[in-house]
Amino acid sequence: MHYNTGYHREAVPLVRRFVQMFRETECVCVPSASCVAMMREHYELIATQENDATLLADVQSLLPRVFEFSELLTERLKVEDVGASFAHSVTYHPSCHSLRMLNIREGPLKLLRAVRGLELRDLPEKEQCCGFGGTFAVKNADVSAAMLEAKEVCVIQAGAEVVTALDNSCLMQIYGGLHRAGSPVKTMHIAEILASTGASA
Amino acid sequence: MSIRVGKTSAARTFPIAAKEALGNAQLRRNVHHATDVIRNKRALRVEEMPDWQQLRDSASAIKQHTLAHLDFYLEEFSRNCESSGGKVHWARDADEANAIAVKLICEFAGDAPQEVIKVKTMTSDEVQMNVALEAADITPIETDLADMIVQLGHDEPSHIVVPALHKNRVEIRDIFRREMNLPELTEQPEDLTAAARRYLRERFLRTKIGISGANFLVAETGAVCVVESEGNGRMCVTLPEMLVTLVGIEKVIPKSQDLEVFLQLLPRSATGERMNPYNSLWSGVTIGDGPREFHVILLDNGRTKLLEDELERETLQCIRCGACLNACPVYRETGGLAYGSIYSGPIGAILSPQLQSLAPTLDALELSCPDV
Repeated sequence: MHYNTGYHREAVPLVRRFVQMFRETECVCVPSASCVAMMREHYELIATQENDATLLADVQSLLPRVFEFSELLTERLKVEDVGASFAHSVTYHPSCHSLRMLNIREGPLKLLRAVRGLELRDLPEKEQCCGFGGTFAVKNADVSAAMLEAKEVCVIQAGAEVVTALDNSCLMQIYGGLHRAGSPVKTMHIAEILASTGASA
Repeated sequence: MSIRVGKTSAARTFPIAAKEALGNAQLRRNVHHATDVIRNKRALRVEEMPDWQQLRDSASAIKQHTLAHLDFYLEEFSRNCESSGGKVHWARDADEANAIAVKLICEFAGDAPQEVIKVKTMTSDEVQMNVALEAADITPIETDLADMIVQLGHDEPSHIVVPALHKNRVEIRDIFRREMNLPELTEQPEDLTAAARRYLRERFLRTKIGISGANFLVAETGAVCVVESEGNGRMCVTLPEMLVTLVGIEKVIPKSQDLEVFLQLLPRSATGERMNPYNSLWSGVTIGDGPREFHVILLDNGRTKLLEDELERETLQCIRCGACLNACPVYRETGGLAYGSIYSGPIGAILSPQLQSLAPTLDALELSCPDV
């Protein structure tokens, strides 16, 4: 968020801290596509701009061990059925960062289809942005709300009880809109669904 | 030095302008519909190309190479254009471009009030040429249908490829009824088209001076390339006695051969067509065939400054297809007028401030644009 709003210098300590914390970690699982996108797109650039060869080497060594949550399951562990049960209708919203930056398309759908009792409903115009965008929702609140309105219409059209996604930022945005509109549709991160063993949502 | 992009310096910031646009339900409906249609058409045309990405990579490579040697190619263009009978003028900024245009017109036509027919030139909006022309008693007549609608409606263009996107046919009918004195005109497309045709045809036949833009300049031959759908381009570049072409310096490409790449990309990306109906390519002057005087005004207006930075230079690779506008979920909700610049949408959000060395008023969001 710092980096996206032009606070490049302020982002550097965060990069260093992340690298330091996970330097020895075998595998870092990130339940947020936008965070992973940030790392893959910008961490090397930041280290280069800092003229810090050590940081760059650390980043380059760490990045291959960083995975978005669904990616870790389907691409690294080659797992689609995690043994979950969730007897509800669910629709999947592909977040912009997962879709456009990480190119994650089929993985989450495969994971959801393998959940026992889960009825997967298609989300109309699913690739349309929800309007959150981070600071965009604050600086351009009116446009953000207009985009959310369009997304809400589609969510309701999908007719599912739950909307899920790989990013809680989108889910927060979508939930905010649905809640204020008085809709009973819930939002859940995909990890919550995959962790479900049959208790009610 | 007066580098400017239209009225951007006086425009409201995006969040404020957007709020007003969002309140216009008609505008939003029009923009939703039109962008959906063009986007889907584009997708079909792109899908049928087995080498689309290679075409894009080629175009990028050609542009990158050209921009890295822009001085060489501009000089080559200038030499070849002039040896074919054209005259090349170099304008540092908006004011200079306008001064050159006004001077050329006055020298050609004397001091009496003049009309000029205009085609395919957003760049003239960038420099606010119409304002300068009118101040010199020269009446500009827009002949691209959408620009004509915008002009007659005393409005601003809202999209770089389909500028009257924000108007529906009833609104257009009302503009024509009023400005063309046709009180019985219906909103049937055939009637609107016939009215526009009659209005424009009179002006094509009587106007001695034309002003055009350019999609591409070919350095190798000194040729100018304009692609269009309506035929007004042909009228404006062949019928007048004098033609002035205003063009940003980033539009030059090295060889005629390079058009192979760009003429496949541009129509598909811009309007979802396999080819533009009219593709015009001309160099210099041929006595007895077309204008007897031909001038090219090469416009800098902040472009050279962008060359200095490797990242900023990429903005100059834009071929103005408008696909990023149609893909952008922000543009979809606000339309182009909220951007306060002739260059709207994603490309406009970076180009307008970059040319003028201003901070952008709209943050990048979620990157639908690289998908196109």
